[in-house]
Amino acid sequence: MTTGLDNWTLAAPEIFLAVAAMALLLIGAFRGTKGADLVSWLSVASLAVAIFLVLRLEHGTAFHDLFLVDAFTKAMKVLSLLGSGIAVVMSRGYFLRAGAWRFEFPVLAVLATLGMLIMISANDLMTLYLGLEMQSLALYVMAAFQRDSERSTEAGLKYFVLSSVASGMLLYGISLVYGFAGTTSFPSLARGFLAGEVSTGVVVGLVFVLAGLVFKVSAVPFHMWTPDVYEGAPTPVTALFSVAPKIAALSLIVSVVMGPFRPLLLQWQQIMIAVAVLSTVWGAIAALRQENIKRLMAYSSIGHMGYVLLGLAAGTEEGVRSVVIYMIIYLATNVGTFAVILSMRRKGEMVERISDLAGLSQRQPMMAAALLLFMFSMAGIPPMAGFFAKLNVFIAAINASLYIPAAIAVLASVVGAYYYLRIVKVMYFDAPAPVFDRPVERDMAVVMLAAALFVFPVFPVFQTPFLNGAQTAAKTFFSGK
Amino acid sequence: MTIGLAHYLTVGAILFTLGIFGIFLNRKNVIVILMSVELMLLAVNINLVAFSAHLGDLVGQVFAMFVLTVAAAEAAIGLAILVVYFRNRGTIAVEEINLMKG
Repeated sequence: MTTGLDNWTLAAPEIFLAVAAMALLLIGAFRGTKGADLVSWLSVASLAVAIFLVLRLEHGTAFHDLFLVDAFTKAMKVLSLLGSGIAVVMSRGYFLRAGAWRFEFPVLAVLATLGMLIMISANDLMTLYLGLEMQSLALYVMAAFQRDSERSTEAGLKYFVLSSVASGMLLYGISLVYGFAGTTSFPSLARGFLAGEVSTGVVVGLVFVLAGLVFKVSAVPFHMWTPDVYEGAPTPVTALFSVAPKIAALSLIVSVVMGPFRPLLLQWQQIMIAVAVLSTVWGAIAALRQENIKRLMAYSSIGHMGYVLLGLAAGTEEGVRSVVIYMIIYLATNVGTFAVILSMRRKGEMVERISDLAGLSQRQPMMAAALLLFMFSMAGIPPMAGFFAKLNVFIAAINASLYIPAAIAVLASVVGAYYYLRIVKVMYFDAPAPVFDRPVERDMAVVMLAAALFVFPVFPVFQTPFLNGAQTAAKTFFSGK
Repeated sequence: MTIGLAHYLTVGAILFTLGIFGIFLNRKNVIVILMSVELMLLAVNINLVAFSAHLGDLVGQVFAMFVLTVAAAEAAIGLAILVVYFRNRGTIAVEEINLMKG
């Protein structure tokens, strides 16, 4: 382990992405709208290079303890970069047809990803806030990217207003924690709490911080923005929203509660259990009456966040491991599902009602089979990957004696299975609706195929490397620094 | 009577609460919401600077500087989104923001 300002190489992926974003902006500005394709491919390439740089990083802290690199942050960074990269790849066709294919989109995606990397690596409340805002500011613009569409701009406005309220609460919490604990650095906070000096002010601050962070992962009771923003934002942006920022915000919650605030386990565990149980239940119930598949995916993601937070509420190494595994599987199933949703169009127009999928198995059996796999996986039906994700969470919760929350979450997942299976029923047993445009774009087909193969059979058969990786990531919080 | 930490914190808490209420009770105009968000951030700044002076620690003041910067960026983006929205809908009344419901 090394410390100090001279360790700036630990931030190599972030520095690279920042420089790349500037360069891409210049290329875009000089070549105008026709540079969009070039900028898009270069931005995907930069994200890929960033993954490579992340994998080569040593562990340690940089910039006087503001910035942390360890196995957990590396794993989460790779997942976020993958999520953003795939979302950018999937966006081209959609925006071309909508007449909104401009170079700003990939540049904004790179900037948002840069924010995510910074917040994942945060080792100080200041880094946490700046990373979070950097991500959010880029995401506000992306939600409103189709600027001639009423729905897209409304989604952007709603997301902006509600998200800034959440940032305000987070910040108020941070100011209280700073005031009553006397520092903003994670290691110093942890040392102070271990020494037993925990005042009421800190606990109040913690509640505010958690409220702000829970908003960003859209768990109940701070979920109200999710369905509207998912429905209104352009579909590729929704695909991005559903994976990369979720992974980054979740990683932030994990490193906050398992790092500085682990000595306050009893205080935050209550909140986490309540949030987790409410999210799983509300995610399952509210999704039942949805007709729009993007709205359905919003409630589905609320439910999934509930399960992940349940694993985290266990507060054990096993719990953190289950969070990492869940996020890997969540990433694969979500990008796969959105590849299918982005392929749902008739005569160039996007359609997004569930009934539009009717009889898909007869028209496009491969796409229907892929969506079937994703739905089964999200419902948690063995032997799909999603089953193992839920299994690990429940085992972690049971081993931490959270019997009642685990039981409620299992019941919620049974209710939730209904709406996933309803999509399968519509695809396989209903009278066929008019056919979707063919052929499916090559990018979408590749993403669908890769995600489907990962969900079944790759993950269920070759689990060991993923489990070991998640284990290594989880261990970083328990190795006693 | 000397003005101590508690007074500053009280002012901060009142401003913060005003900001939150301004957002949730306001039924008229999105601009008022933007102002309320700014009010929340300023309340936080008062807290940070008061704590910083009380603790004799500079971190709080540095943090307040960052918050000011971010608040400026946030206001710029918020107003930009608002302008785009107004061009599409011709209104920024809070009650009219209801294309999507659920």
